Amino acid sequence: MKDRKGPIKDRKPLASKRKHKGLAASTEWAILSAMSTDSVYRQEDCRFEYDREDLVGRLGSILDDPQALITSEEALRAYETDGLSAYRELPVAAVIPRSVEQVCAILRLCQELKVPVVARGAGTSLSAGALPHPQGLLLSLARFNRILEIDAERRIARVEPGVRNLAVSEVAAPHGLYYAPDPSSQIACTIGGNIAENAGGVHCLKYGLTVHNVLEVTLATMDGELVTFGGAGEEGPGCDLLPAIIGSEGMLGVVLEATVQLLPEPPCRRVMLGAFETVEQAGDAVADIIAAGIIPAGLEMMDGPAIRAAEDFVAAGYPVDAAAILICELDGMPAEADAQVERVRAVMEDHGAGEVRVAADESEAQRLWAGRKAAFPAVGRISPDYYCMDGTIPRKHLATVLARMREMASEYGLRVVNVFHAGDGNLHPLVLYDANVPGELERTEELGGKILELCVAMGGTITGEHGVGMEKINQMCVQFSDAEREQFLALKRAFDPDGLLNPGKGVPSLNRCAEFGAMHVHGGKLPLPDLDRF
Amino acid sequence: MTANVDHGEEIRARVEAAFQAGRPLVPTGHGSKRFLDSDREGEVLSLAQHRGIVKHEPTELILTARAGTPLAEIEAALAEAGQMLAFEPPRFAGHGTLGGAVATGLAGPRRPFAGRVRDFVLGTRFVNGRGEALRFGGEVMKNVAGYDVSRLMVGAMGSLGVLLEITLKVLPRPECERALVLELGPEEAFRHVAAWEAEGLPVSGSAHDGLRLHLRLSGAESAVAEAVRRTGGENDSPGFWEALRDHELDWFRNLDGPPWRVVLPAGRRLPEGLAKRVLADWNGRQLWLDRVDDPVRLEEAAAAVGGSLMRFGACGRGGQRRPEARPGRERLERRVKEAFDPAGILNSGAN
Ligand SMILES: Cc1cc2nc3c(=O)[nH]c(=O)nc-3n(C[C@H](O)[C@H](O)[C@H](O)COP(=O)(O)OP(=O)(O)OC[C@H]3O[C@@H](n4cnc5c(N)ncnc54)[C@H](O)[C@@H]3O)c2cc1C
Repeated sequence: MKDRKGPIKDRKPLASKRKHKGLAASTEWAILSAMSTDSVYRQEDCRFEYDREDLVGRLGSILDDPQALITSEEALRAYETDGLSAYRELPVAAVIPRSVEQVCAILRLCQELKVPVVARGAGTSLSAGALPHPQGLLLSLARFNRILEIDAERRIARVEPGVRNLAVSEVAAPHGLYYAPDPSSQIACTIGGNIAENAGGVHCLKYGLTVHNVLEVTLATMDGELVTFGGAGEEGPGCDLLPAIIGSEGMLGVVLEATVQLLPEPPCRRVMLGAFETVEQAGDAVADIIAAGIIPAGLEMMDGPAIRAAEDFVAAGYPVDAAAILICELDGMPAEADAQVERVRAVMEDHGAGEVRVAADESEAQRLWAGRKAAFPAVGRISPDYYCMDGTIPRKHLATVLARMREMASEYGLRVVNVFHAGDGNLHPLVLYDANVPGELERTEELGGKILELCVAMGGTITGEHGVGMEKINQMCVQFSDAEREQFLALKRAFDPDGLLNPGKGVPSLNRCAEFGAMHVHGGKLPLPDLDRF
Repeated sequence: MTANVDHGEEIRARVEAAFQAGRPLVPTGHGSKRFLDSDREGEVLSLAQHRGIVKHEPTELILTARAGTPLAEIEAALAEAGQMLAFEPPRFAGHGTLGGAVATGLAGPRRPFAGRVRDFVLGTRFVNGRGEALRFGGEVMKNVAGYDVSRLMVGAMGSLGVLLEITLKVLPRPECERALVLELGPEEAFRHVAAWEAEGLPVSGSAHDGLRLHLRLSGAESAVAEAVRRTGGENDSPGFWEALRDHELDWFRNLDGPPWRVVLPAGRRLPEGLAKRVLADWNGRQLWLDRVDDPVRLEEAAAAVGGSLMRFGACGRGGQRRPEARPGRERLERRVKEAFDPAGILNSGAN
């Protein structure tokens, strides 16, 4: 997270960079840099050997614009981290190409020299997905920021990968259309990054994730070839690889163009808020709203500390005494939305909601949402640092998991604040900590890992929308068997046989899991054996 | 009534033996869609016995069933809980299994309004070509851990793995449904329906049989009533939508040979006069064509607008067509196939 000011992994913050700089001119650079001990990358992921001068020289002639090639340490700092700022690493060079041809030529060159490549959109990843590789090239898609086509009649937009998520909805708005996936980072994050992470948002409960809203993707493969996936050929018999591309975290190819579907604005929207005396009541209400056959456009939950932090920050008019609130949006034809509002009200009241409020007009509706949207920065104001998790669980376990998380946090002497996509069962526990207090970082990370393992034990997953990246790579060992991880790796090799795209992330090697298992879970023993299995 | 038994381990062992012997296998459900890839060769691996609903949790909107479970059984269980499979999979000749529906990726009339088959797949358990039983995805709505291998299985015709179990997202059955016919020509009809949809009317089916528009509206009572006021139209004959879904309309009974199927990107049209008889579903995006004078011209016309074309139910090689040759893509598809099935024993003729 942005607000995690202190580094967690980078405990000797500048050491790796110093090494890098001092050895950059040395022919032995590649080998020595692989041996740096303070990198979050493992040695096995840093065994690339090539001539740096040759790489930089040839990049220069491909780009033929000095500003598009960055090699100075100072300028490279801009790319050293992403939304998970605790992980930092400097790339060998960064490039900001302008054309598809340049990207393909760069990839071909890196393939030839065996240079790792990390693609980067806006760098808002919360899983260190865009973290540079210490021996690699950072490929920024920032200049691919054109909306190529909006076809209101066909309800599609064709965009370059560096276009910001919100920009798509902005240009669609005059036509009464919008792009449904709306991550909270939507003013900054890019469509390319969204595709790479299969990003979700507040409205995904009813309108789907990125994977449901992207129709076609053009990808450059590591050997510099352009391939288009999806389209009408995807409907029915015949393999189509598009689903593998979406959510592939920059490990299969570089997205260079996407066609997305646009949805018509619903005739009306109603936003309501329910306040509860316990978090468990709110959690059960969520499960029962869905069980009643209602699919709200959005259904979000905030717990007490989150409510108060948001209220202090944006004065959304939230009930600050409540232990939890639910914010629910219902849309459709007016009579339909109104009827649903009443049904949701009844469910909330059945679960003991003390107050149920329906926004009287658009400005009140916006105010109710404003608190939710500002919740992360609001939490940033009450704690020096926080760490955002992203597990998903079956909705019916919300109450249990929220209670269990609270217990675990107090065992670790830490506080957890919850603001999350409740309707999807997608938790975002924010663990509050202070990086300046010795040992708090380590405890935070450990608690975070335990929370993810709890999600897996409850029949859920370690990541609902933020991706595995570097951050959750160890927990992949818990969620998948050796054979399953090997299948992922085989799929990866089909696209990128030399393992050059975003190496060391997403899917752990058998070695890594063996090590992680030795110090952690082992031999088929599940984490948290004291928990009932579901 | 067949007992619901888990034959997963047996199936896995058979695939493993076939892998070791390098012997091709052809996984089949009820064989109801066998015509789609009748040129497959190998030993039949029947999944029909591997059946049964493993889990249905109405409050979680999920259902997990073994691949050989008949669609009819699944739909009956869902209906009891007031739920449905929103992608409305066809049941040809009254048969069809869940595994078959997912492997072929064929969706019914609700597809443009509710989503593709893969949009509802949350997780799968399958046996890859090495005889390893693997599980991807899960039972939760959002899951981005690892590549989305489960959705990759959709439409892959079993060529990447033998599906054992599938977890689907299911949806509440609409409170109310109305089926109408309207006297409108195709172009005019598709335009109207698109506009109605944009206005928020709960359209769940739009098909044109050459003479009239068949319109289906589903949703809350109030929304459907309001919609009918706006669209007008007469009551349709009962059963039209199921018959369209399952190819049991008279239109399909009067075919002169296997029909052509064209799927178009949203908002694209084919020129007129390519076939004597055309049945348009999906508000004009899925076309069934009968008595095509010039298949080459049809193919060119479909390709020109980014459409995909196949001869539906044709026997023998060459029966299916891909929209256009895309060498880079085919090479990757081949490599992905090898990643899942290194010995090439699964449905090798299919892709
Ligand atoms: C305050 C805040 C709120 C957030 N809220 C949400 C939320 O509600 N929902 C949600 O899903 N996420 C959320 N995120 C996470 C993040 O915004 C998303 O993951 C987003 O999709 C990342 O987009 P980006 O352009 O910043 O990508 P980056 O961070 O630059 O990159 C992310 C990954 O994508 C790869 N990548 C980027 N571009 C390409 C490309 N063109 N081709 C191939 N690979 C590429 C990178 O290599 C990297 O692995 C939030 C982040 C922040 C900071």
